[in-house]
Amino acid sequence: MTSPLQQKIKITGPSMVTANRTWDGVVIYRTAQQGWSANLSDAAIVRTSDEARTLLNEATADDVGAIGPYIAPVELKDGGEIKPGNLREHIRSEGLTIDLLPVPA
Amino acid sequence: MYAYDELDRTLINERVSEFRDQVKRRLSGELTEDEFKMLRLQNGVYLQLHAYMFRVAIPYGTLSSKQLRALARVGRRYDRGYGHFTTRQNIQFNWIKLAELPDALADLAEVGIHAMQTSGNNMRNVTSDQWAGVAPGEVEDPRIWSEILRQHTTLHPEFSFLPRKFKIAITASEHDRAAIKVHDIGLRLYKNAEGETGFEVLVGGGLGRTPFIGKTIKPFVHGRDILSYVEAILRVYNQYGRRDNIYKARIKILVHELGIEKFAREVDEEWRQMGDVGLTLDHSVIEEVRSRFSYPAYEKLPHMPDELKQAAHDPLFERWRRNSVFPHKVQGYSIVTISLKPVGAPPGDATSDQMDAVADLADRYSFGEIRVGHEQNLCLPHVAKRDLPQLWKALDRIGLATPNVNLVTDIIACPGLDYCSLANARSIPIAQELTRRFANHDTAELIGRLHINISGCINACGHHHVGHIGILGVEKNGEEFYQITIGGRADEGAQMGTLIGPAIPYAEVADVIEDIVEAYLALRDRPEELFVDAVKRLGVEPFKERVYATR
Repeated sequence: MTSPLQQKIKITGPSMVTANRTWDGVVIYRTAQQGWSANLSDAAIVRTSDEARTLLNEATADDVGAIGPYIAPVELKDGGEIKPGNLREHIRSEGLTIDLLPVPA
Repeated sequence: MYAYDELDRTLINERVSEFRDQVKRRLSGELTEDEFKMLRLQNGVYLQLHAYMFRVAIPYGTLSSKQLRALARVGRRYDRGYGHFTTRQNIQFNWIKLAELPDALADLAEVGIHAMQTSGNNMRNVTSDQWAGVAPGEVEDPRIWSEILRQHTTLHPEFSFLPRKFKIAITASEHDRAAIKVHDIGLRLYKNAEGETGFEVLVGGGLGRTPFIGKTIKPFVHGRDILSYVEAILRVYNQYGRRDNIYKARIKILVHELGIEKFAREVDEEWRQMGDVGLTLDHSVIEEVRSRFSYPAYEKLPHMPDELKQAAHDPLFERWRRNSVFPHKVQGYSIVTISLKPVGAPPGDATSDQMDAVADLADRYSFGEIRVGHEQNLCLPHVAKRDLPQLWKALDRIGLATPNVNLVTDIIACPGLDYCSLANARSIPIAQELTRRFANHDTAELIGRLHINISGCINACGHHHVGHIGILGVEKNGEEFYQITIGGRADEGAQMGTLIGPAIPYAEVADVIEDIVEAYLALRDRPEELFVDAVKRLGVEPFKERVYATR
């Protein structure tokens, strides 16, 4: 299997790096401060493939804190608001799209 | 119920300790994710979209009330208060924390439940008929053989690093409720002309990217030889199965490429060369396993008790009884299927409170025993007919008396893109919308038996290929589309459905299914002709015409 560090990376628009937190699996986003946040609004945004590769390499190096980092597209709204760039990321960011059975609090 | 011995308990407890240490080392950074991944998979731990997913085995679909309460507790203490019953007699928890998983496993170990071999390239949970041991006309209880195979294959080194995952299902009834023809190995227990008990052995069935119906490799293998024969199959698979291409690694591809005759010859040769390797099952060994299954002390009860006669005046009870209650081998008793498909809910989900309540009802009405079927429903296998009215009322109070078993809203669905990292499209919202469209139970009964199966990707966890109507989610240019197949079935007459045409967008799926059902109602030659039989008689063209003529 090709290491993420060696993979060809090509992005076509603004993107971020996302993963799951190792100890509890929560969805996290790589920040510009070389850390992780559970808020998409904190994600570092990259616009070129080189920037994306650098951000992914950085994220992959943190094997203890995060699991399975990858690059995903985002939409940048007027005013700079970051939105998920596809349905999968929308579901990861916003949660289930379904009604669950009622569970008592 | 099967009673585990000290060896089983020791094995499960040792596994918990081992995994606790592995998790500790992973969280400290001593193990990398690459090193840890196989270890977690061997304990049923996947990473999904939102969190870790924890898959727990329910061997041959049998649970005690105590075990069901333990599952409820895990859902409540470590997850979000619910669990999801799968199509292979497992339960999955979707929000589990890695740091807490060893504790969850330890809690389950206290009641003899584990997650070993619920993922990874090994022998998975051996499944069986959820009516095993109580179905009228059954040759004998197939769980005895499931248990023998479970014991032999658990942590067996030759079966722990296979080219790909491997699934076995066993049935002992003429009507196949275990879907044996779509398993890597399917075993049909029967008695031959000499009155000996043995198995028809099928091999190479499976769904997923390349679906195949299993083929008979040997018409009769004596029960005493089943371990050695299965081992011979596995040895041939281990030797020739492809490890270079994950999409060609399942045994079905090997069987297809070699041809069933050549594959059978290879297995026979391997079996002959193996000779006596200590795998022939002595009568005493079989009886020892049999003796550890306990059966209820049934009372002598009337076929039609007064309580049932009186309740028959209530049309709501009668509707539930018609499609949820099935004949039992013992007079005066019934098998009750508990639908986990209420209108608008995710198929196969149960809250921890519901699990606790079902456990209580099992204690009161079913000798403390619950079964799980591949249709993602539960079952109480030993209910006295006199208790049916009270059971129905109690189930209704906890939202589990939906009278839709085997009807159009009894939908099998995978978790889909709402949970699964492999999915291309959502499954559950499609199922939920369909249950709302067909929520009228009169209409559902008018339609009759109709199985809808939904998968969110080609891996086919929702068994869409063998649904009477199959719905497969695909992704096209970032949008969710769905391919529709019709005419599939998973029983003894198993066959793959036929694609009716181009994929349709998410928003139109429920309309299309309604169109197909309306076409069936107009085209069936009599009310008793099932949807799947009408498709067999008419082919897909009339349905295709109905769906695509105006689209």
